[in-house]
Amino acid sequence: MAEVGRHPQLNRNGELHHLLSIEELPRAILERILTTADSFINLAEREVKSVPLLRGRSVFNLFFENSTRTRTTFEIAARRLSADVFNLDITRSSTAKGESLLDTINNLTAMQADMFVVRHASSGAPYLIARHVAPHVHVINAGDGRHAHPTQGLLDMYTIRHYKRDFTQLTVAIVGDILHSRVARSAIHGLTTLGVPEVRAVGPLTLLPGGLEQLGVRVCTRLEDGIRGADVIIMLRLQNERMKGALLPSAQEYFRNYGLTPEKLQLARTDAIVMHPGPMNRGVEIDSHVADGTQSVILPQVTFGIAVRMAVLALVSSSQRMQ
Amino acid sequence: MIDLDAEAIYRRFAARVRERTAGRDVRLVGVRTGGVWLAERLRDALGIRHPVGVLDISFYRDDFDRQGLSPTVKPSQIDFDVDGKNLLLVDDVLYTGRTVRAAMNELFDYGRPARIDLAVLIDRGGRELPVEASVVGATVEVPREVSVVLSRDETGGLHLTLEQHGG
Repeated sequence: MAEVGRHPQLNRNGELHHLLSIEELPRAILERILTTADSFINLAEREVKSVPLLRGRSVFNLFFENSTRTRTTFEIAARRLSADVFNLDITRSSTAKGESLLDTINNLTAMQADMFVVRHASSGAPYLIARHVAPHVHVINAGDGRHAHPTQGLLDMYTIRHYKRDFTQLTVAIVGDILHSRVARSAIHGLTTLGVPEVRAVGPLTLLPGGLEQLGVRVCTRLEDGIRGADVIIMLRLQNERMKGALLPSAQEYFRNYGLTPEKLQLARTDAIVMHPGPMNRGVEIDSHVADGTQSVILPQVTFGIAVRMAVLALVSSSQRMQ
Repeated sequence: MIDLDAEAIYRRFAARVRERTAGRDVRLVGVRTGGVWLAERLRDALGIRHPVGVLDISFYRDDFDRQGLSPTVKPSQIDFDVDGKNLLLVDDVLYTGRTVRAAMNELFDYGRPARIDLAVLIDRGGRELPVEASVVGATVEVPREVSVVLSRDETGGLHLTLEQHGG
């Protein structure tokens, strides 16, 4: 079904048809998503919190990997657009019976799906699905392996724009397990595409991937160097399993070196904002006084995340007329 | 061929709105973009103190499947409670009636107004839905392939132009 050489995410008119990764998306598309999200922000203050835009459309949440939080925000976003939402607990159903990924997709397409929101442990799985689905069906990547988590990246961009307005004057530090983080990867692509002049990746050498400099990222192995003068600090979740391997000595030692405390935060600009994709490990990557402090925008990120996901669902559906 | 002196039509329109709303507590709601310009001018002309409500009906359009999402979509903003209020919905051009339907659907998502009246600067006929305006500035007849476009210059002056579009 896919044509050779076609952009995996854009249609012939250059409109967003699938959202698979922030990488390879032009700046204008990212800006359009952020602008569209603005219009969804104050819906929550109305008596009726939904708009009829996607009435009659079927959105299938396909979570091959558990994530209640992301799945719920996609579900809220789709419902606020009046779509019908179906949550499939794939881990426990068909794949357990040996059905292949594409058989699953074919079956769901036969059930008149219009959109798939896919979370998968394997990098690239949403691309495989996007290549395979019927032309009117849209695929949204809700996190694939270590590769990408584009809606998280976009909500991070939305949050930064909300508080800082202009991307082109900013210093943004991303702190923690960059190596395993699809959130970091999506944020880096988003920030560089939107013109942030200084993006820093901060963490122990064992958790920093190679090739960061080629992406235009400055690497810092000391937290103090990484956050000095920063306008925005994005803290990443440290996953417990990293401690079991040889990558890190202990949570206590990680917190001593890379945990964001009120004292260390003073090295950043006084108006710096602190972000975190959640769920947080308090006392591992972030001190509670910072997480709950005046510079934290962690809860607004969650609110913005719904508006940004609504914008993505609305925009990909909007490209359908080209088919 | 047609008198399209926007300022003259506006003066007549404003006088009719004044007559229509005399003695009533009315809130103005403009449909973006032209309707908002008109509602703002009416607010000043009629001495209405309440802020003008702004509707962007992009999420309520019935042609989303064919047209997609408007690239210029902006947030709607209604800074008053519409419940039990007399609303005057203001738009620049009334044509098929679909915009008005979308606008009313959106208004009801803010609450239950006591009454909604419709005021349009231009009624160009061609209705596809049972929608009529309570106040009309001017009625004009133009062919299907022509759009009636309201614009505003830097000094706030209004202009009406006829634009030929493809098809």
